[in-house]
Amino acid sequence: MTGEVAVRVRGVSHQFGEQGDARFVRALLDTSLDIRRGELMCLIGPSGCGKSTLLSIMGGLMEPSSGTVEVGSQPVRGPMPKEIAFVFQENALFPWSTVIENVDLGMMFQGVGKAEREKRARQCLAAVGLKDFADYYPGQLSGGMRQRAALARALSLETGILLMDEPFGALDEQTRMVLGEDLSVLLSRTDKTIVFVTHSLGEAVFLADRVAVFSARPGSIKEIIEIDEPHPRKPDFITSEKFTRIRNQLYALLHDEIRKAVSQSAMGGDVAGAKS
Amino acid sequence: MRPRADPDKNRWASRAVQALFLIALISFWYFLTASGRVSKILLPGPGPVLYELTDVLETGEFVSDLLITLTELAVAFTISTVSGIVIGYLISRSPYLIKVFEPLLAGVYAIPIILFLPLYVLLFGLGMPSKFALGATISFFPIAMNTIAGFGHVDKVFITSARSMGASNFQMFRYVLLPAAFPVIVTGLRMGFTVALLAILGSETIASLAGLGHQIVHFSESMDMARMFAYITFAVAIAAFLNAVVSTLETKGKS
Repeated sequence: MTGEVAVRVRGVSHQFGEQGDARFVRALLDTSLDIRRGELMCLIGPSGCGKSTLLSIMGGLMEPSSGTVEVGSQPVRGPMPKEIAFVFQENALFPWSTVIENVDLGMMFQGVGKAEREKRARQCLAAVGLKDFADYYPGQLSGGMRQRAALARALSLETGILLMDEPFGALDEQTRMVLGEDLSVLLSRTDKTIVFVTHSLGEAVFLADRVAVFSARPGSIKEIIEIDEPHPRKPDFITSEKFTRIRNQLYALLHDEIRKAVSQSAMGGDVAGAKS
Repeated sequence: MRPRADPDKNRWASRAVQALFLIALISFWYFLTASGRVSKILLPGPGPVLYELTDVLETGEFVSDLLITLTELAVAFTISTVSGIVIGYLISRSPYLIKVFEPLLAGVYAIPIILFLPLYVLLFGLGMPSKFALGATISFFPIAMNTIAGFGHVDKVFITSARSMGASNFQMFRYVLLPAAFPVIVTGLRMGFTVALLAILGSETIASLAGLGHQIVHFSESMDMARMFAYITFAVAIAAFLNAVVSTLETKGKS
């Protein structure tokens, strides 16, 4: 890992609605963060702390109320399909298209030529283990397979940066574990820079090179923890003493913030549309 | 545990009950007229009606009226499809316009638009143009409303993910908005077609120069009841056929 910065976040704040508004929510407060080239950074924090908001801002899908984001040395002003690909929580595949058509469409939007698209689509579907499901519709697949397909779509775009917004959030624990292991293997073969939003402590420790822990709303980064363990990570990493130690450390950091977040929402501070 | 009912068997069972019901209805009609309890002038039996129907079909005298009704339907439906989809799409582009027009259209659609027929006859005459106008007006509403619903309520995550992959405005329309809205619009078209057919046949019986509805009234007024029922039967069969065709197209278009 070089010290090169892939995404530079400087003093980003974001709010939904206007001050004094009933729906006013301050989601992010003066957040700064450097994502190093080639690393996998997990963002973890209580619900509503603005971690998904930060991800959208990094990807140019949302404009921050203040602050800047730079990718490479360019300021982010909108989506950058050549540099950044997304994997969303769920159901972002177009249900009216087959799996391979979904992958193909992404590259077509990005501007890849037809022959190249076909080749890459096959490759990426094979890489996520969906070679035999290319002609299925998303509705015919399980949740886990749909997320594999969404991952294939993102990989096919061959961007340097991959932003994943709770990609396994809607899956059951076991599917999640398997997908996490496969992801770790898959990503160890590429030099992608990845930012991964999750609720799961175990997932964060298992996947990340560094974990950024967010405070309760208005979110900002409380602490960054390094996880010095080579990829691909083996399943027995989960049962190691090191894993447990880091997980406990994260838990201790998060515990108070989660308490704070829960009492915020109990007081009616939680607003739809201001999802994490 | 009770075994689950076989859906295929169930379907045939309900088909059989439906057939029995129709047979019972026709038998009831037959015995009612055969017993002499109702006037044969007002309600002829199934036999004479079938005889007249055969005659209508053999002579081919229905052709010109059928063509007129179908022309009215085709023109009215084309006008409402084009205007409903275009206007619906334009409204769907702005949440503000959706908020204004969705309830407005639903409100106007709830009033019986056939009440405008006298006005349309004054404006466009007794011939086909007043049927074009009425059929188009009535079927405009379900088409426009479903177009708004289809384009206006596309799941945000589809739009966001297409945007993140760099979709142009045209690509967004062609590969995201259109396929997302299509099934809802197709349902609107089917509903529009059904109400246009109803309105056109209905208005032909009220004020017209020709058409299937016109023939029904013509034979009723000349007290040729058997021939009137023959035309009613014919019109019902045509309507049932057209609706079946449109429903099949709807199912096909959605898959």
